[in-house]
Formats: sequence, C-alpha cells, structure tokens
Amino acid sequence: MKIAVCIKQVPTREWQPRLNDDKTWIREQDVSYEMNEPDAYALEEALRLREKHGGEVVVCSAGPARVQQVIREALARGADRAVHVEDDGLGAADAFAVADALAGAMAEEKFDLVLTGLQSDDQGHAATGVVIAERLGMPHSTIIMEVQVQDAGLRIKRELEGGWFQWIAMPLPAVLTIQSGINQLRYATLKGIMAAKKKEIRKAAVPAGLQRVQQVAALAFPTKSKQTQMIGGSAAEAAKELVRRLRDEARAL
Amino acid sequence: MILVIAEQREGRLNRATLETIAAAQQLAGGRAEGAAGGMPIKVAVLGATTGSVATDLAPAAVAEVLVGENAALEPYTPDAFVMAVQALIEQQQPQLVLLPHTYQTRDFAPQLAARMRRSLITDVTGVKGSGAGATFTRPMFQGKLSADVKPLGEAPHIITFQIGAFRADAMQKGTAAATVTRVDAAVDASKIRQKPEAPFQEAKAAVDLSQAERIVAVGRGIKTQENLAVAEKLAKALGAEVAASRPICDNGWLPMERQIGSSGQTVAPKLYVALGISGAIQHLVGMKGSRTIVAINKDADAPIFEVADYGIVGDLFEIAPALTSELEKA
Repeated sequence: MKIAVCIKQVPTREWQPRLNDDKTWIREQDVSYEMNEPDAYALEEALRLREKHGGEVVVCSAGPARVQQVIREALARGADRAVHVEDDGLGAADAFAVADALAGAMAEEKFDLVLTGLQSDDQGHAATGVVIAERLGMPHSTIIMEVQVQDAGLRIKRELEGGWFQWIAMPLPAVLTIQSGINQLRYATLKGIMAAKKKEIRKAAVPAGLQRVQQVAALAFPTKSKQTQMIGGSAAEAAKELVRRLRDEARAL
Repeated sequence: MILVIAEQREGRLNRATLETIAAAQQLAGGRAEGAAGGMPIKVAVLGATTGSVATDLAPAAVAEVLVGENAALEPYTPDAFVMAVQALIEQQQPQLVLLPHTYQTRDFAPQLAARMRRSLITDVTGVKGSGAGATFTRPMFQGKLSADVKPLGEAPHIITFQIGAFRADAMQKGTAAATVTRVDAAVDASKIRQKPEAPFQEAKAAVDLSQAERIVAVGRGIKTQENLAVAEKLAKALGAEVAASRPICDNGWLPMERQIGSSGQTVAPKLYVALGISGAIQHLVGMKGSRTIVAINKDADAPIFEVADYGIVGDLFEIAPALTSELEKA
C-alpha cells in the first residue's frame, strides 16, 4: 500500500507569541518549531499500516525551507521518502491554499491512502485533509481512532462527540484525518536519524494560481471573558489565600 | 440572505443550532424577519425524517424554516450532506451559510467549500460588523491568539461557530411562528462512498463526571504518570473526582472516561481545579460552564486563565501539595 502522510510544522507548545509590526501575523523570527502533534499520530498510524500490509510511507509537507526540520524528523521515525512543496508564502497560508499546494504535488503519486492529523495546532481550521480529499477525488472521513484495511477497502472507527463512536466502510483510495491518541508514538532512533540523511526529498513547485480563501485582518491577544483574581506569594501563602477565598467568597468548599 | 444549516439526528435538534441562529441574528444587523436594514435569515433542516425539528425552530425570529427530507441523508455521510447542502445553496442563493462547529460539520463543511470553491471560516467565536462586510473572530495558535478574519472570493461564504460562543437563550423569538416550507433535498445516493454503521459507546463509563460537585483536572504540566499522585491527594482533600485533558488520556495515564473536553465529557461542577492545563479550546468547551474555576499553571499567558475565577502562576508541584495540607488543616 502506498501511503501519504501530510505533516505540518507548527510553533512549539512552549512558544510565547509576539505579533509583527502591523499586528496581522506572528513575529516568525522568534518562533521555534515542531511537528504538529495530530500529524505525528497520523505518521505513526501510517508506519504501523506499512508494517502490517507492506508498501511505502511518503511524507508530504508544504512550507518554506524550514519545514525540512519536521520532514527529516518523519524520515528518522521511519517514513521512506518525502515530497516538499517549497514556498515562503505557504508558511502562513490558510488550509485551502495548503491543501491545493499539497494535492497538486500528490496527484501524480497515485496514493492508495492519505493520512493527516485532524487539525493543526497553529491555525486550527480542521479542513486541510478534507480539502485534499476533494481535490484528489477521494472519499474521506475525519477524527479517526482506528484503521482496518480489508480486501475491498477500509473499515475505520470515527469518533463522535461525547464518547460515541461509529464504524464506517469506505473504498480505497481514501483520505483520513487522524485523532490524537489513536496509537502510541515512537521516537526516532539514532539509526533512524542516520538513515534519514540518505532518504529522498522531492521538491515540488507551488501550482500556479493558488488562492487563499481568507485574510487575517488583525491578530491580537484574546480578551479575558472573566475577571481572574490572581493570587501571589509563596506556595504556602497562595494556598492559604486560595482556600480562604474558595470558602468565604466562592462558597465552593 | 443568511442560510443557517440546522443539525439534528433522528428528529432531535442539536441545541448548538440555536446558538448559530443567535449568531445569524447578530450578523443580519437588526430584527431578522425581513425588517428594514436586516438581512433575512432562513434555517434549513435536512435529514431522512426531521420530526418536529422544523416546528421547534419556527418560534425563532427568522424569515423561513426550510425542510428537506431524503432517505439518503440517514445515516449521516459527508457525501450526501455536501450534495444536499450544495443543491440548497444553488436554489436559495444565500450570501452567508452558517453552521455550528460540530464533529459533523467539521466532516462535511470543508468538502462543501472545496467543491463550490467558496471561503470557509471555522470555529468562529465572534462577529464584528454585519452583512457582507463582517469580519469573524476565531482562535489561532491553540487559543494563545485571536484573529479577525475576512472571507475572500465570491459569496456565499461558509462560516462555522464554536459551541458555546453564542448563547442559545440570546436567540430572538419572532412575533409569530416562521413559515415552514418543504424544499427538495437532492441527493444522488449512488455517489455516496461512505457506508456507516450504527453509533456506539465503548464500555459503560464507571464514573459520571457530570454529576461530580468538585473536579481536579490535570494536563500536560503533570509531566509523568507517577506525578498523578499529587492531583489524587488534592482531590481527596477536596472531596473531588480526578479528571484530565486529552493528552493525559491519550498517554493512557487515566482512562478515556475521565477526559474533559469536546471529545470527552462536558462538566459544570461547583469547583473545577485545573492543574497544569494550558486551556486549549477543545478542553475549555468541556468545563467553562463550571461555577468556580481555579487555574494553577507556570505560564501566566496560558489561555486557561481567561476562564479562571482564581489563578495562581507557579509550580503545581509546590502549590498543589501546599493546597492539600491547607485543606487538611481545616
């Protein structure tokens, strides 16, 4: 089975955002990056499917040269090769532009299965995988917690809200967006890191006429919906004051 | 015209639809029954059998409730819904199409927008301005920032609203019930590629967190499974249940049934203590209705402090034990 995994490079969880001068985007020079966590689960699922059914895992990512960091990481974890749609404008592009860029480079590969995380930890549109499916003419399903490959296609477990699930049968080729927690992640070994250096990264150009569907007019730190009372002091002092307020003000004890 | 797509299952309305109508009324700019200056609002109910959903929606201050029934819409599949909603949009020609941001619309709205080559803005929490010139506020970077976004390109623009961002009880009611009109929900059943089975729940949950009076919830800040003891001791001193954000349950440190958030349980206890939880929106939607929220986190900018009543910035491994011994004194 020929499996594509679409991964995105996003700011680390510890990153403290700063805005650019016109307050329409982040100051990118301050950012340290990592692999989008739901995409890491999609990669792990692809590696497990290859171990079970054979074939190839191809990592696909769109963005500036810096995204090679997460491409190398994925190759070190066990992906066979990569496709990098490289363009500086893709770093801040919306889900539709990213999906169009990826789908354009992926079409010729004729993948049997495309996996990606259910959403990104940066823009969080939760749309990229589904748009890729539509562009490649494949059926899709989202928020997947188990993948079984059967003779005629797939049987997948989709998460619904509030602890409900549903099994869905679907033909291949198909696109699935993977939920975090579907499996236990593996990490790169030294051997994997060495092997990754020799693996192929095919560079692909951005297709002509790529269009964004939205524009960020302003970016800001969110306004608080509540007046939070911050309690300071040493741990013991703060604990004492909090217990007093929970008892006397909030009557929550 | 603004078209709201209602969400229902087997004739039962998802109340998030009422929140979306409230958002539509704000966007319409004025009373929405076709009054001067206001864009008219129509609400569409789609399904195999929609039961009383249309009459449940008719009291809302909207111009019309549209009902499209087709056996191919049950059980839900993205392929069938995209066909039905696209046909409805082409027939009704709205400027805006609004939906709640549920697991179901996350599944089909991007496909609809991609097929129609229209703008989609998801997970919207607020609206600035009205009508075609409106901008939409949505979280970015895990809620660390908030973006005002403008849709680009031809109408209709498709917008999904975060659950709880607008209040269902803020929805204006009309002076008379809205007209209910039957419409054609065109679906070519031969083009549906997904074959769903019946929804099910995993093993019955042994704990019902929705009934807990107090909850101590842990997030990534707890770092290791062994450290859960810190939270368990505090929970015991408070008479609270222990719960967690998604990553903790993903790691298998606590069972999935103790997960709070959009994919887990929604709770509203008297007291919610968040230990080392940054407050990603998927978690906040599950607990922000709690009466009193305490957040303890080393990062003063963590989004959890936006919903907290009391906040302590610091090391949870110092503060939680101090809190436990303070409670044990009493």
